[in-house]
Order: sequence, then structure tokens, then C-alpha cells
Amino acid sequence: MSAQAQSIAREPISSADDRETSWTESLRAGWRAWPGLWRAGIASAVAYRAEFVIWMLTTNMPLVMLALWSAVARSGPVAGYSSADFTAYYLTSLMVRVLTGCWVVWEMSMEIRSGTLSLRLLRPLHPFVAYAAENLAAFPLRALVATPILVLLVVFAHDKLTHDWLAWALFLPMLLGAWLITFLVMAIVGTLALFMESAIGLFQLWLSVSFVLSGYLIPLDLFPPALRQLTAVLPFRFTVSLPIELVLGRLSHAHALELMAAQWAYVAGFGVVALWLWRRGLSRFGAFGG
Amino acid sequence: MIDAQQLTKIYKVHKRPPGLAAALRSLWSRPTTEVRAVDGVSFHIEPAERVGFLGPNGAGKTTSLKMLSGLLHPTSGKVVVAGHVPQKRAHAFLKQITLVMGQKQQLMWDLPPSETFLLNRSIYDIPKRAYDETVAELTALLELEDLLGKPTRQLSLGERMKCELACALLHRPKVLFLDEPTIGLDVQMQATVRKFIRSYNERFQATVLLTSHYMDDVAALCPRVIVIDHGHLIHDGPLDELVKRTRPDKRLKLRFSREVEERELQGLGSVVERAPTSAVLVVTQAELQGAVQRAMATLPLVDLSVEDPPLEDVMRDLFAHGRAIQAVGT
Repeated sequence: MSAQAQSIAREPISSADDRETSWTESLRAGWRAWPGLWRAGIASAVAYRAEFVIWMLTTNMPLVMLALWSAVARSGPVAGYSSADFTAYYLTSLMVRVLTGCWVVWEMSMEIRSGTLSLRLLRPLHPFVAYAAENLAAFPLRALVATPILVLLVVFAHDKLTHDWLAWALFLPMLLGAWLITFLVMAIVGTLALFMESAIGLFQLWLSVSFVLSGYLIPLDLFPPALRQLTAVLPFRFTVSLPIELVLGRLSHAHALELMAAQWAYVAGFGVVALWLWRRGLSRFGAFGG
Repeated sequence: MIDAQQLTKIYKVHKRPPGLAAALRSLWSRPTTEVRAVDGVSFHIEPAERVGFLGPNGAGKTTSLKMLSGLLHPTSGKVVVAGHVPQKRAHAFLKQITLVMGQKQQLMWDLPPSETFLLNRSIYDIPKRAYDETVAELTALLELEDLLGKPTRQLSLGERMKCELACALLHRPKVLFLDEPTIGLDVQMQATVRKFIRSYNERFQATVLLTSHYMDDVAALCPRVIVIDHGHLIHDGPLDELVKRTRPDKRLKLRFSREVEERELQGLGSVVERAPTSAVLVVTQAELQGAVQRAMATLPLVDLSVEDPPLEDVMRDLFAHGRAIQAVGT
């Protein structure tokens, strides 16, 4: 080692600012960057429009279930659901799914494994904000796909939709809550890729349970009472079934508000877990590649 | 601007032999080994310095750069960059640095570079006027005019690298970590990028820490080099000092007015290249003066020049056959 290097090694290191960016600074940075992130996200969504539409078209499970249950209900209502009820239910289910879809877990998992997460970490913006903006930027295209579903819903099942203004006023915050739960769970599982080699398998497990317990495939009213009680406390219901129950007029005002509070409590809980896990996981990031 | 003290990074690596049996065994037994990628490295870099960070593949250069830029948490040791502890990733720190990785890109693949530029403007909160000025300046310096509107995927490697550089410098960072910024570029493009890095450093008094396998990059840009091998620092000082220490010999380049026979060159030094009217000899530092005088007196010289050995040869010698270990002792 040269003399210069040896002398430097003996010198005391200069004092440093070792504070992390505060929450308020992070939020301000996210707020300021949001329009730019949104614009870039929309540009990406438009660039990948064909892929996006094909992906949307694969989200057709509610239509398959609609055909199945409508056939069953022709001989009489099933647990109080007539054929028209099933039509309203599954078209709303499809709409909710299209509007609240999210893909962040695959992106995070790939970026952590390949090391490209480095590029996000170099920017003065929490990666969760960037992921959220990129996912939400697809919303205008999603709304475009959801419009014909809404038209079908109004044409074929308008009498099954609630006419209560409060229910419709709560619909958007409930959709946002549903999207946030999906996003945060994906962020939690994606962050686990910092601890294990791949977290996608874990997410597939969550997804398969969620398909059943969220009401996406089967209305929760059709479940046995014990399972129904379980779904009342698990987070899955709040991602799909709750907004459907709301617009189909199956919830009283008080019950809707109570469930929405529970939904947002889940949002807060998952948010805290996601951020805590991210902080812990980041020190394990290998920044492989390059 | 950059202080590193006893910087160390140890990775735990799972190891298993190939084959199905080993794959099955790894289900319940995953032995790990520790790899000391960076081992007790210390250095100090002043503001506006241009420093080359050299070492063979796997020496720990990129790992060091990633610790300095806050991507990796050091296992032990301390590091301060621009007054901040990098791994805390404070926004005030991230706004002062940039890391350009020749093998990774931040430009959005299917969109024109101008879209990523605008995105970075939002993220770094660059005022519109400053942004317009910087983009205009970078566009002129790097000749980006025709490139900014094309989808990134349709740009050549060199064009993409120029856009990457511009994108990484939009927020006018004070510290540039450049990891192989000219990799894969042709000679002309390498020269353009080098010229640009130098002018950025001089104009904005920015600190530059550069790794490159192209010794021309280092020779053109870095008066000082830090060399690491197997995670250890083995040299920190001027580039010419490294050359003198590792290869104390000189290359004597001679051109003649007539054909010269080999016997006429005897006693001047070791002949490494010879043509009828030219020759290159390797001469030790101590014998140089005498060799030059004898050549001038006895040979029909048209031209004579004395050069250091090529930097590639210096580095090859430095790392070959355990020379690195010897160098630690010197």
C-alpha cells in the first residue's frame, strides 16, 4: 500500500450527516414527482397497449363463473341469488378486478433478482411511490376496458344496482382501498425476494386463496356459515367482494362505513408491514449484475 | 468529498456442485462460504478530483462503487460521501451523486430518452429553466439532437450510452461514479465520452471516480489511480508512479534513414519490435541515458522517442503471478 493510502487510513473520518430522509420529506418528494411519474406511466401503458389489452382479456374468469352459475340458477335461486343477481355480481366482479389490478410483485421480484432495483434506489424517491405511480398510471386504460363492462351492467342488471347516493359516493374510496391492499400485499411479498431467492411462489399461493376467499370466483354468501365468518375477518373480502356488495345494495349505511373502516385499517396495517420489511430487507440487497 | 475507512464487504454465497444429487441435497443442506469482496479498503478523495479505480475482474471495484453510492451496506468500516453516510440514502445525498453503470440502463426501453429525462426532472425536482439549460447544453456536448425523440430500443449502443450519461447528469451531481462508462463503444465514441466527462468535471468541479477496463480511459482522465485486487488496496497515487513501480523499464522507439541490421542494435537494450527502418527496444531506467546517447552516436536516426510501457502491460504485470501480493509489501 502506498504511503498516502496508509496515512489516510490513520486519519479520523470526517463528520457525516447520517440522518435518513424523514417521512414528511419523502411524502413531499413523492407528491412533487407524481405528475412526472404519472405521465411516464401513461406513456409506458400506451406503448404496451396491445400487451395490456391481451392481458385484460385473460381476466375472464368471472364470465366463465357467470355462465356456470346462471345455468344453475335457471332452476331456481341459489342462496338467494337469481340468474339476474349472478349477472350483476359477476359483471361487477369483473369491473372491480379490471380497475384494481396490479403487477408490482412480478416487477419487484425480477428487479431484485437481476439487480436493476439499483436504478430505482439511486433516485431520491421511495421505490414504493414509483411502483404505485406506474401501476396507477394504467388506470385510464383500465377504465377504458371497464367502460363496456359498465355498459353491459347497466343494460342487463340496472335494477340490481343500488340507487343510494352514499353507496356510490363510497364506491371510489372502497376501490382505492381494494387496490391499496392488493398493491401493499404484492409489495410485501415482492420485498421478501430480498430475503429468499424468489417470492413469486408465495404470491401464487396468496392469489389462489384470494380467488376463492375474496368473492372473485364465488359470492361469499354462497359459502357455509363458518367459512363466511372467517372471510369477514380476513383481508381478501376487502379486495373484491366489498365494493361489489356495496354497489349491489347489500350493505346498510352503517355496515358499509364499518367495513370500509376495517378495509382502511388493513391498508394501514399492510402499509406499516411493507415499509418495515423494506427497511430491513434493503440491507440484504446484493445489487447483483453490472 | 469521499472518505472510506476500512471499508469491508463480505458476501455469503451458497455453493453446491452440479448434478441432480447435489440439487436434491441442497433442499436440506445449503452450505455457504464467505467471500470478502472488499477487505479493509481506505482512501480519501478531494472535491473535483478524477480518480481511476482499477483492478482485475472480481477485484471488488463495482462492489466498492455500490457501497459508495449507497446501494450496498458495508459489512464493516465507514464511508462518507458528500457529507452523508451513503447507505442511509438521504434524498439530499442522492441528489448530489450519480452512478452510471455501463451494463445497466435507466432509460425506459420502449420510450424515447426524452421521456426518461422528463421523469428525472420530476423526481429530482429540477426547475424548468435549469432543466432546459442543462438539456440544451448536454445535447450540444454529446450531439444528442437526433436521438432524444427515438425509442431507446432503436438507438445503437453508443447512442444509448450518450443518452444514459446525459440522463444521469441532468440534476448536475457533484459526485460521479462511473462504472465502465465506455464499455462496448467504438474508439471514436470512447473519445467523445472521455472528452465529455473531463469537461463536466472541469466545468462543475465534480468529483469523478471511474472504473474501466479500457486503459485509455484511465490514462486520459485520471491523474490518480486506486488499484485493488482480491478486495485489498494495493496502490493509491499518481498513475505514473504506479507505472514506474510496476514496470521501471522504458520503451525506446527508433526510426532510421536506412535499413539497420540487428547487430547494430546490440547492447542498446532488448529488441521487442523490429522492421528494416524502425525498432522498439526495452531499456531499464538506469541504462536509458546511455542507450539514448549511443543510439544518437551510432545509428542513422530520423526520430527517437522514449515512452512508458503500455498501461495494459503494466496492469497485466501487476496482477500476474502473485505480483499483487509483492506490491502490498513494497
